[in-house]
Amino acid sequence: MANTVNLKIDGIDVSVEAGKTVLDAAKELNIHIPTLCHHEDLCVAGNCRVCVVEQEGVKNLVASCAMPAQEGMVIHTNTHKVRNARKHVVELLLSEHNADCTKCYKNTKCELQDLASEMVISEPMFMDLVPEKNYTIDNFSPSIIKDDSKCIRCQRCVRTCHELQHVSALGVAYKGNEMKISTFFENPMYDVVCTNCGQCVIRCPTGALIEKTYLDEVWDAIYDPNKHVIVQTAPATRIALGEDLGMEAGSIVTGKMAASLRRLGFDSVLDTDFSADLTIMEEGTELLTRLKRALVDKDPTVKVPMFTSCSPGWIKFIEHMYPEYLDNLSTCKSPQQMFGALAKTYYAEKRGIDPSTIVSVSIMPCTAKKFEAARPEMRDSGFQDVDYGITTRELAVMIKQAGIDFGSIPDEKFDSIMGKSTGAAVIFGATGGVMEAALRTAYEIVTGREVPFENLNITAVRGMEGVREASVKIENVLPAWSFLEGVELKTAVAHGLTNAHQIMDAIKKGEANYHFVEVMGCPGGCVGGGGQPIPTTPEIRQKRTDAIYREDEGMEIRKSHENPEVQQIYKEFLGEPLGHKSHELLHTHYTKRKRV
Amino acid sequence: MPDKKLKRVDLIFSDDCNCKDVLAAGLKKSNEEILKEILDSGLRGRGGAGFPTGLKWKFTSQEASEEKYVVCNADEGEPGTFKDREILTRVPMKVFGGMAICGKVIGAKHGYVYLRGEYQFLRADLEKVLEEFHANIKAEGFDFQIHILMGSGAYICGEESALFESMEGKRGEPRNKPPYPTIAGFRSKPTVINNVETLVYAFMITRIGADKFQELGTADSRGSKVFSISGDTPIAGIYELELGMSLEDFVEEFGDGDTKAVQVGGASGFCVPRKKFKDTIIGFEGVPTGGSMMLFNSSRSMYNVLKNYVQFFEEESCGQCTPCRVGCQQLIKGIEAVKKGEKSITYLNTLQKLADTMKVTSKCGLGQSVANSFSSIVDNFKEEMIY
Ligand SMILES: Cc1cc2nc3c(=O)[nH]c(=O)nc-3n(C[C@H](O)[C@H](O)[C@H](O)COP(=O)(O)O)c2cc1C
Ligand code: SF4
Ligand code: SF4
Ligand code: SF4
Ligand code: SF4
Ligand code: FES
Repeated sequence: MANTVNLKIDGIDVSVEAGKTVLDAAKELNIHIPTLCHHEDLCVAGNCRVCVVEQEGVKNLVASCAMPAQEGMVIHTNTHKVRNARKHVVELLLSEHNADCTKCYKNTKCELQDLASEMVISEPMFMDLVPEKNYTIDNFSPSIIKDDSKCIRCQRCVRTCHELQHVSALGVAYKGNEMKISTFFENPMYDVVCTNCGQCVIRCPTGALIEKTYLDEVWDAIYDPNKHVIVQTAPATRIALGEDLGMEAGSIVTGKMAASLRRLGFDSVLDTDFSADLTIMEEGTELLTRLKRALVDKDPTVKVPMFTSCSPGWIKFIEHMYPEYLDNLSTCKSPQQMFGALAKTYYAEKRGIDPSTIVSVSIMPCTAKKFEAARPEMRDSGFQDVDYGITTRELAVMIKQAGIDFGSIPDEKFDSIMGKSTGAAVIFGATGGVMEAALRTAYEIVTGREVPFENLNITAVRGMEGVREASVKIENVLPAWSFLEGVELKTAVAHGLTNAHQIMDAIKKGEANYHFVEVMGCPGGCVGGGGQPIPTTPEIRQKRTDAIYREDEGMEIRKSHENPEVQQIYKEFLGEPLGHKSHELLHTHYTKRKRV
Repeated sequence: MPDKKLKRVDLIFSDDCNCKDVLAAGLKKSNEEILKEILDSGLRGRGGAGFPTGLKWKFTSQEASEEKYVVCNADEGEPGTFKDREILTRVPMKVFGGMAICGKVIGAKHGYVYLRGEYQFLRADLEKVLEEFHANIKAEGFDFQIHILMGSGAYICGEESALFESMEGKRGEPRNKPPYPTIAGFRSKPTVINNVETLVYAFMITRIGADKFQELGTADSRGSKVFSISGDTPIAGIYELELGMSLEDFVEEFGDGDTKAVQVGGASGFCVPRKKFKDTIIGFEGVPTGGSMMLFNSSRSMYNVLKNYVQFFEEESCGQCTPCRVGCQQLIKGIEAVKKGEKSITYLNTLQKLADTMKVTSKCGLGQSVANSFSSIVDNFKEEMIY
């Protein structure tokens, strides 16, 4: 049994596990203590000081988020001294803060604003320091806007980028009154190692880090009668969107989302799931081809393990940090970009629409997808393949703007073509999902049989552990794949870039030997993406993940190669996986980038 | 009422002892014996906070870690102190001796001197003495290495946990406490961190014994202390004095006949006005000091003195925590506004309350001590703040 400690908070006895903080103990009692720098996913900072409480026998107040609960402690969370101190702290933050809430993207969704409102701050107690500050706004990145005038210096972003993502694009610069959150040499975000993952954005308590929005652009396109505006929705949006529209975490809103998009005025409501299935066809085939060339032909130019390439945060990370491994990346574009390239070719052709009039919008759980859409390589259709990538959050804003009552709107289906999905595609949204979907298909291609797991659920690759390994023994293969007979296919899955870094280091040192590695840039995979509803916690990500697997279980078709629209496109347009047309439209290459 | 008279002492700089022999004798004693001596002596830290040195050593000695450290805090950044520089220049062997004895007691094999960046010029000489020291210690069969690390000019790096961060190559930001250094200090290992002067006293106590040290000072403030005396005094400099004297005695000795206030303990200390000299004891029971004593005569503007201090904190704050980072800016802007008449006199009360909040909510000693000088100057020289 773990050690427990007993303490008293506001007169109530409570026992908690040793190592828990006073804040944790208060939570057990449902006593709310305000916090700003604290975040469940991150190490303790203890720098905002808004969570202070009184401890009997101690002269100064203590920061409850940083103070370990100790035997016999007597804590008061609601005294005159505490209230005054907290109010002072919030007043001080506001005095440094450009609090033009009505012009702020985080208005009504801001932790600082919530606190100010809770404390009923009307007339400022202190003097305004903003005029003397030389605050800057960095809005040059296609993904992320950093507005220092909204920053409360809680360092959540710094800790996120360092601890969860091993990128450290953001750090603390200067000291005293000039202390600020900065990039290397204060270069703009687009010009540093930032992966655009948006993990800092979903942990920033204020409007200091937000996604670059394309709401006006999308509305303008919708209202333009000469444009044919199509929209694709990523797997992980359908289990998270509801959170921004008043629903519980883990609500599945696929039908409501499709209905709302149609109501917003999109001309065709389509599904990234379709191209996720297509990704499996291409990537699965690529894996098998690589294995053949490596194992049978002993071709030294073929790189194994192969890494997945669906996550643009991961792509930029590897481009900066491990460029020597770029040839190990699958050449497959992400599902968003496969969809984009096909929208202005295949879709346009089939529907008889001039591709120059198509505006292609994607709804993504991701901020890095904005950057990805803008990459110069992503114009294989002859146009920018995806015009605007917007986040789950931005879609929620549009739905509110349009006056749609999301709770009551009846379910509708996606349009066709490129709207058909499978369970295999849905699970792309959770860490391990691409691996599972790929195995479901590749195993069957090679052996002619379904993967030998109950109900197709490959539980070994599921879960929240940072790095997971699984191996599948391939037996009784079809004659064409005889070289794989008896091979133990070794796979690994990592989510969050710190875990990716761990796997890469192990591979680099020769300590790990895999054939296929799935990496997702964000903790939990896309369910925890930087474009998802705020807040994010382990519990919320788990609920979203559970919803993803429920959605998979409920699907009629659960294997990518059985998606009828996928079969159709190979027949009518692409020919075969890795064929000439696929190469032209669905595959790409990567760029080495500098390390700072 | 102070009952001690001003008395000069000569323990720190005295050259009537052979450091090599004192060290050898010290290392021959048992750990219990040394700990008892340091505890009995009543020695308290000379770096400012005044924590009992014996207890610090004892706690660290009780930790069951293979890896422990002794760190000598030679960052000396408090405005108005320059005594550690003098000690390191004149008696470095005593400092190293104190570290070695501490290392023996707690079970550390490595000691570090964290030397203020501006003291780079001392380094070559210190390294030379270190060579000799390492030879001595080897002769005693004791495995202990001292290394010198340079600070980089930030006042906050004198705060012990920020100092460890800096030693570990990170940004010098104070950590949350607990855990305290005795449990998790440098590299998160049990660490004793002591001021330069504390280490020398500890070393000297192993020579003269606890009783002799006890004879000096008062119940709360045993022994003597090195003072850095500056400002409006004809005899600025370094003096070792017995603790417990009254400020009146002190001013009598060091003042220029027109002293209107003494800032005891540097920018983070307290300002005592003339009318309180008589009743103010210099020591932990009265006004404690890390050694800095600044005298001001009637030609000085206390408004300027205060502004200078707060500006110092505003710049030297690491900036991580709200009360200190923003509080300092508000205090400056506030007193300026009152002075210019843009804010009413009552705004000073608001500022005093803010200073009180900074004291109880700031993460480290820097922010916690801004109120010391702020409130003591504003309280005692209110008219100078306004007119
Ligand atoms: C802002 C700040 C600066 C400090 N600077 C120093 C310093 O320069 N030298 C020093 O010995 N202690 C300094 N201290 C105190 C140390 O944190 C620590 O208490 C001391 O080194 C312990 O040694 P002692 O017990 O021997 O006094 C500082 C504390 C604070 C809060
Ligand atoms: S960050 Fe928050 S408090 Fe600041 S302007 Fe935006 S909504 Fe208002
Ligand atoms: S940018 Fe946001 S997360 Fe980062 S320190 Fe500022 S307020 Fe905190
Ligand atoms: S977007 Fe990701 S990589 Fe870029 S600064 Fe934020 S956390 Fe770091
Ligand atoms: S009190 Fe000042 S110096 Fe100390 S941690 Fe806070 S901001 Fe940094
Ligand atoms: S939440 Fe505890 S100090 Fe910020």
